[in-house]
Amino acid sequence: MMKLKVKEYFKVKSIEEAINLKIQYGEKAMFIAGGTDVIVGLKNKKWTPEVLISLNDIPGLSYIKEENGTVKIGALTTHREIERSSLIEKKIGALMDAVKNLGSVQIRNVATIGGNLCNAAPSADTAPPLLVHNAFVTLECKGGRRSLPLEEFFLGPGKTAKKEDEVLIEISLPTPPKTAKSAYWKHTRRAALELPIIGVAVYLDVDPREYGRLQQVFDLPDSTWDDQLRALNESEVFCKELRVALGVAAPIPLKVKDLDGIVKDKHLNDQLLSEVTDVALQKAQVRDSWRGAAWYRKEMIKVLTKRLVLICLRRILKEV
Amino acid sequence: MRYTINFKLNGEEMSIEVEPSWTLLYLLREVLGLKGTKEGCGMGECGACTVQINGKAVASCIYPVMEVDGKEVWTIEGLAQSSGTLHPLQKAFIERGAIQCGFCTPGMIMSAKALLEENPSPTEEEIKEAIAGNICRCTGYVQIIEAIKHAAEEYYGSKK
Repeated sequence: MMKLKVKEYFKVKSIEEAINLKIQYGEKAMFIAGGTDVIVGLKNKKWTPEVLISLNDIPGLSYIKEENGTVKIGALTTHREIERSSLIEKKIGALMDAVKNLGSVQIRNVATIGGNLCNAAPSADTAPPLLVHNAFVTLECKGGRRSLPLEEFFLGPGKTAKKEDEVLIEISLPTPPKTAKSAYWKHTRRAALELPIIGVAVYLDVDPREYGRLQQVFDLPDSTWDDQLRALNESEVFCKELRVALGVAAPIPLKVKDLDGIVKDKHLNDQLLSEVTDVALQKAQVRDSWRGAAWYRKEMIKVLTKRLVLICLRRILKEV
Repeated sequence: MRYTINFKLNGEEMSIEVEPSWTLLYLLREVLGLKGTKEGCGMGECGACTVQINGKAVASCIYPVMEVDGKEVWTIEGLAQSSGTLHPLQKAFIERGAIQCGFCTPGMIMSAKALLEENPSPTEEEIKEAIAGNICRCTGYVQIIEAIKHAAEEYYGSKK
């Protein structure tokens, strides 16, 4: 049975203490939270730190709350805690979809959202949902704090804008308006303990003049995606905002930019969604890998983006 | 460097010197000789090493031993009473033939125990979700799901 190379393990009680130790030990030290990525990386010899600085005992970094029009999630909040949050279920649907299908119960019980982001895997399930919600991350260093948009946080596989002596402390998202919902689709062969072949998140805010037959079609137990798309074409739902983000489609979790000009105030229909997926495909840098071929990933981006828009609409209609 | 950690293992307080390089699974199997908890993949993906930490199912093969300090751990060894009376889940697994080679069984039972303590009358979907992180290569899961349902109905909550 494998032992690791770690010689010292600090369980710090404050962010300040964590930062001081990181400055003291430099590259020899690594932060650890839930450890589900860190320990696996140590076992794989992806990293070889001699010192681990555990953030788990720092009080006040595990919370989900809403304040002044912002949903705030502490970096040490576990995926399981997010999964149990009615606030997230109601307002950040895409994130709920992501955590429900991340790892397994055993992993979700310890893995933290801050860790998922800092690990910066192109496949990180929480990233596309947070990206479509225009999330910010707050980092703390010795001199103070800074916040930056999540899309500027990811720099490459395993690389982030977080400096060596900074600690990620909070993720914040603007509370969406009542007419907006989001959804995430993790496309996998198996439900648990899988990385996505492709991950797609959609955020949709609408101006519904007339929903038409949409609700009726949604309520049919055997309505197909095509039935639903046809009902959407016939309805008078206009797009206020549509955001798309992709996982495993680039070296970083990718927010699809430049959609605003295409979708703003436009009639939401199959044609418009095809234009949206065209843009998404232009921005995506999908690759062939053993998990999925590039052509297949592209096809799935087209299919899933449309399905997700329909899921968002279904969620919006639920609250009308 | 060695550290002393204090924690509760299967209901008993314990204080033990550990190395920071150990996982909880290493402590259980190699130091304490509790071989009931299995090592499968060693990467948190198969569930054979599942134990309960503060009531929750956790993969002990990727859980740093240093994090156990101050917590409560239950392993499969803590389930049967000292008289030999089996835990309801153990009984249910035997009665329903939910064991073939047996390697996944301790992890399955610990995942099921964590589920039933939190949700005494789970739906079949909830059972499947709870054991989605436990891989069994023999039984095809059907008997395992039946055993957990049986344990829930007979010993935990009401029928659903």
